[in-house]
Amino acid sequence: MSTIYILWLRQVKRFIRRPARIVGSLGQPLLFLVALGFGLSPVFAAAGQGNYIEFLAPGIIAMSILFTAIFSGIEIIWDRQFGFLKETLVAPVSRLHIMIGRTLGGATIASFQGLVVLVLSLLVGFRPVSVGGVGIAFLFMFLIAMAFTSLGTAIASKLDDMQGFQLIMNFLVMPLFFLSGALFPLDGLPAALKLVVRINPLSYGVDGLRGTLTGLSHFGVASDFAVLLLITGFLLAIGSYLFSKIQI
Amino acid sequence: MEKIIRVKNLTKKFRNFVAVDHISFDVGLGEIFAFLGPNGAGKTTTIKMLTTLLAPTDGTMSLNGASPVDDPNRVRESFGIVFQDQSLDEELTAYENLHFHGVLYRVPKDEMSKRITELLTIVELTERKDSLVKTFSGGMRRRLEIARGLLHRPKVFFLDEPTLGLDPQTRNRIWAYIRKLNAEQHITIFFTTHYMEEAEKMANRIAVIDHGKIVALGTAEQLKKQTGKPTLEEAFIDLTGHEIRQESATSADTMRMARRMWGGRS
Repeated sequence: MSTIYILWLRQVKRFIRRPARIVGSLGQPLLFLVALGFGLSPVFAAAGQGNYIEFLAPGIIAMSILFTAIFSGIEIIWDRQFGFLKETLVAPVSRLHIMIGRTLGGATIASFQGLVVLVLSLLVGFRPVSVGGVGIAFLFMFLIAMAFTSLGTAIASKLDDMQGFQLIMNFLVMPLFFLSGALFPLDGLPAALKLVVRINPLSYGVDGLRGTLTGLSHFGVASDFAVLLLITGFLLAIGSYLFSKIQI
Repeated sequence: MEKIIRVKNLTKKFRNFVAVDHISFDVGLGEIFAFLGPNGAGKTTTIKMLTTLLAPTDGTMSLNGASPVDDPNRVRESFGIVFQDQSLDEELTAYENLHFHGVLYRVPKDEMSKRITELLTIVELTERKDSLVKTFSGGMRRRLEIARGLLHRPKVFFLDEPTLGLDPQTRNRIWAYIRKLNAEQHITIFFTTHYMEEAEKMANRIAVIDHGKIVALGTAEQLKKQTGKPTLEEAFIDLTGHEIRQESATSADTMRMARRMWGGRS
C-alpha cells in the first residue's frame, strides 16, 4: 500500500509544481471549444442538431483527459532511463504496486485536467443538465483516465526510446480522438466509419460523458459504463503485465 | 575471506551479440572491487544482471547468499546503487527523494528522519535539503544519489562510473566518503570507472573486462607485474589493446543526447 501511495504522491507533486504546464495544456482544449464550438455552431443548428457547444464540450473534456493520460503513461520511457522509475525498479517492492501507483497518479492528474476543461467549458456557455449528472461524469472521467494511462504504460513498456513517439501521436492518439464521436454525432455515419467508432474505446467515454452531462447519449449511459469498465480492466491488466516484464 | 558476491559462467546474449561471455569472479565481504573495461566491454550489463534489472542468458550469481534471478527481492534489500545515468526526481526536493527511497525500502518511520539527517550531513547537503533537485549541480546530484543508496543500510554498494563528468575536487570528496563507508561500516564496494588512478588508489582488487570476457583479475600491483608495465593505465591498454571501440549508439545513448540538448525532461 505504501508503495502505491508514494508513487501516486510523486506524480501528483510533480504536477502541482509545474503550474506553467497546467496552463499550457489548457490552450488546446480552449482553442477547440472556441474555434469549433462557435465556428460550427450555426451549421450545427441549421442542420437541426441543436446547440453545438453543448454537444462538443464533453468531447473536448474527453480529449484533454486522453492526451494527458497517454502522455503520463508514455513518460515511463524517459523516466526509466533518467528518473525515479529506475530507482523503483531495483527496490524490493512489487512491480504491480509500482505500476498501479504510477497509473493512479497519472489518472488523478488527467481527471483533474478534465475537470478544469469542464470549468472552462462553463465559461464559453456550456450548461450541464443536472448536478447528479456531473457527479457520474466524474466517474467516467476517471475511468477514461485510468484506461489510457494504462495504455500509455503498456506502449512505453515495449518501446526503447522516444523515436516511436510521433508514430503513436499520429497513428494512435489522434485517430482515437477524431474517430470517437467527440466532434460529430454518430447517427447516419457511413457503415465503415460507424464500425471504427464502435471499436474505439474512447467512443464509450465520450458518449458516457455526453449522456451524463447533457442527457443525450448514443449507446446509453449504462452500456457506456459497462464497456468502459471492461476496457479499463483489460488495459490495466495488459499494462501491468508488460510493465512487470521491463528489463533495462 | 567470506564471499558476498559469487559469479559463475555468467553470460548475456542480445540476439547475436554476446555482451557478457562466461565470466566468473568472487567479491569478498568488505572488499573494494573495481570493474574496468573499455566502452561496451560488458561492465554495465554485468551490474544490471547482479542488480536484478536484466535476466542472464546463462550462468549463476549470488549476492549476499541470494540469487538475483530466483529471489530478486532479497537481493534488492542487500544492495544500494548509483547508476551511470542520474535517477533522481528533479521535480522533488533532496529530502523528498531520500524519503521516497526510505518508504520503498521500508525504513522504520521512527528512524527515517534521523537517518536522512545523518546522511545529508555526511554528503554536505543539509542546507539544500528542501531545494528541488533540478537546481543542483552534477556533483551535488551524485552526492545525493550516494546518500540515497545508503539509506537502507545495504551490504553491497554498486557505483557505475560515479565520478564521470565531475571536477577533481568533487571526485576526491566522493571517494573520501566511499572509503570512509568501507572502513567504518564494512560496506562492500563494487565500482566501475574510466579513471585508472581511481582504481589504483581505491580498489583492493581489479577485474579487467573486454569483449565480455575477464582478461585479468588481481591487485593493481599484480596487473602491472603480469603485463610488465609501470602504470595501471599502460597495463590496461596492454590488456585491452589500442583500438578505439566503435560502438553503435544504443537507445540509451540517443536519449542521453536528447537530454543534453534539451537540458532535462521536456
